[in-house]
Amino acid sequence: MDMVNIKINGVAVSVPQGSTILEAARYAGIEIPTLCYLKKINAIGACRICVVEVKGARSLVAACVYPVNEGMEVFTNTPAVRNSRKTTLELLLSNHDKKCLSCVRSGNCELQKLCNDYGVDENKFDGAMTPSEIDDSAAHLVRNNKKCILCRRCVAACREQFVNVIGANARGFDTNIGCAFEKKLADVPCISCGQCIVACPTGALTEKDQIDEVFAAIADPKKHVVVHTAPSVRVTLGESFGMPIGSNVEGKMAAALRRLGFDKVFDTDFGADLTIMEEANEFVERVKNGGVLPMITSCSPGWVKFCETYYPDFIPNLSTCKSPQQMEGATIKTYYAQKNGIDPKDIVCVSIMPCTAKKFEVGRDNQSAAGVPDVDIALTTRELARMIERAGINFSLLPDEKFDSILGDSTGAAVIFGTSGGVMEAALRTAADWLEGKDLPSVDYHEVRGMADVKEATYKVAGMDVNVAVTSGLSNVAKLLDAVRAGEKNYHFIEVMCCPGGCINGGGQPIQPATVRNFVDVKGLRSKALYDADKDMPLRKSHQNPSIQKVYDEFYGKPGSHKAHECLHTSYVERKKY
Amino acid sequence: MQKRISTLPFKGTAEQKSKLDAVIAEHKSQPGAVMPVLQKAQDIYGYLPIEVQEMIADGLGVSLEKVYGVSTFYSQFALSPKGKYNISVCLGTACYVKGSGALLDKLVEELKIQPEECTSDGQFSLTACRCIGACGLAPVLTVNDDVYGRLLPKDIPDIIAKYRQ
Repeated sequence: MDMVNIKINGVAVSVPQGSTILEAARYAGIEIPTLCYLKKINAIGACRICVVEVKGARSLVAACVYPVNEGMEVFTNTPAVRNSRKTTLELLLSNHDKKCLSCVRSGNCELQKLCNDYGVDENKFDGAMTPSEIDDSAAHLVRNNKKCILCRRCVAACREQFVNVIGANARGFDTNIGCAFEKKLADVPCISCGQCIVACPTGALTEKDQIDEVFAAIADPKKHVVVHTAPSVRVTLGESFGMPIGSNVEGKMAAALRRLGFDKVFDTDFGADLTIMEEANEFVERVKNGGVLPMITSCSPGWVKFCETYYPDFIPNLSTCKSPQQMEGATIKTYYAQKNGIDPKDIVCVSIMPCTAKKFEVGRDNQSAAGVPDVDIALTTRELARMIERAGINFSLLPDEKFDSILGDSTGAAVIFGTSGGVMEAALRTAADWLEGKDLPSVDYHEVRGMADVKEATYKVAGMDVNVAVTSGLSNVAKLLDAVRAGEKNYHFIEVMCCPGGCINGGGQPIQPATVRNFVDVKGLRSKALYDADKDMPLRKSHQNPSIQKVYDEFYGKPGSHKAHECLHTSYVERKKY
Repeated sequence: MQKRISTLPFKGTAEQKSKLDAVIAEHKSQPGAVMPVLQKAQDIYGYLPIEVQEMIADGLGVSLEKVYGVSTFYSQFALSPKGKYNISVCLGTACYVKGSGALLDKLVEELKIQPEECTSDGQFSLTACRCIGACGLAPVLTVNDDVYGRLLPKDIPDIIAKYRQ
């Protein structure tokens, strides 16, 4: 690699050619603040927070987009730089509501931190205070443009997801981020992934908070309130309490949920094992009976809605299996309710999800096995963290506890659902055993792991070559589907996750600021924690989960049975773009 | 000023559509095609309602929001149709100090539409413009190509009546 030699604040540093000043400063151990810049997503040099002095340059330059060259001398901490950043922040605040006290991002807001760092006067300028209305029309998200700084990170995130329903409208003081023809978010083909929320540096975009509903249900003596937690939440929740990225807090999380007052603390991982039983069976049936191939996974509600809206010709390829969230809920409201003599109407099923699209999924048609919704309230990881804070639970001091049996019992195959490649690997572990008719010793399918855009492999199963592909992030998904449609690719089974890297990077996960996202492999660390958890599990194949076997023996019969179809499978609809 | 979005029913013809299709086909492979296509679409339809912008988005393979974002950024694009008679009130400096703001208010009151809107019968539309170079006649307004100067708000009803059918 060609290197260039530069000096930053007098310190000589050698950095790869093509680096920006921002990246070069990182090599030299110097932090430059950013607001609009988000690595690989948004590099527009617009907000001017990252300005630095370059010797010989006519004016300050934006470090996030300015490439280094040989002999360059950069100064990141001069009076001119500090004054410029401070004025920029004060100008941003002139059009900002400054209601930090009640803002959900307070303490985790990039704008707030910078204002504090630079000692701004929040009332230096009286701005236009452009009028705007709060958009809370969608099931999953609230937009408050009074907190928006027009950095366009959300717009870029939406573009990266190939959805493009938000953008900058009008100009000057009227500039606002919104939808075409001033429509509400619920009236445009948003797929609810929430990547815009985790990209937002301020409180302009937040998930639709439902924790009051959950607290109310817990306080209601007539309600039996049951909770279950998605695979990836156990490796991200700790971040909300200051723990390192990739900390597995499964035991503390179970303990916290019990202390919050839930009547039962189950694990969506059981639902994930159940999903594999149904999905592996569906795949084997499709292969044997000449069904529609490639079969594509349906766990990710953002992906499902994307398929229904933008690639409706692939609806027959979607697995009819409900997602683990919905399978867990359906089993709670049918099997568990019957067994314990509880009317399903009296059960409130709460799920803790890495995902904002899950809030949309709970309201979909054909997701009510017992005649009532399978899941009543889907909370994000962030909302659970807030509940724990509000309840005064000292998370880091909690003991490790276990989930309640039997709908909290799971295998290693289930826990890896939370990362791109995990569903495929889990399905292969079971499908291969079934097709070969024996307990195969190998459980690791390394080819489908990792954070590559598309992962492909061919496995020989029962004498047949099974071509699989794994992809995540909807721009990658779109490319892959275009190739399949054009006949350039011939797969039997595709795993698709809506968010880049899978659920560990979901739109409901703890928000890491750009200062972390730009330089730390957040997805990789969270993903590794899930594979480590899988490795440590005594059972690593879904069909070997004794509790799964018990539920089939007592209730569902066998995978793909009439009963299973009634409770655990669903249908899809084509959705209009306009 | 935020642009007014038309609430009037869209009355595009098959002939207009085939013209727009030809424009889209001509620009489809060109980077940055949204601007020229919007310009020509406005020539064809007179304005850029959602129906036209959807056709452009589909035709060019870009999102509706992208097309809309461009159409609201540039002042040359209109989201509301022009009436048979477009009344344009000069809000340039000279006219403004001579009271053209009151003329505009009177027109809003009489026509029951806001600036950048069109009456539901399609007869009148209202716009505010900058200097038209007739400062000696301030305050002025134009109705299509007819110029009226040295006006007071009480003159407005008569001017409207002259064109109303």
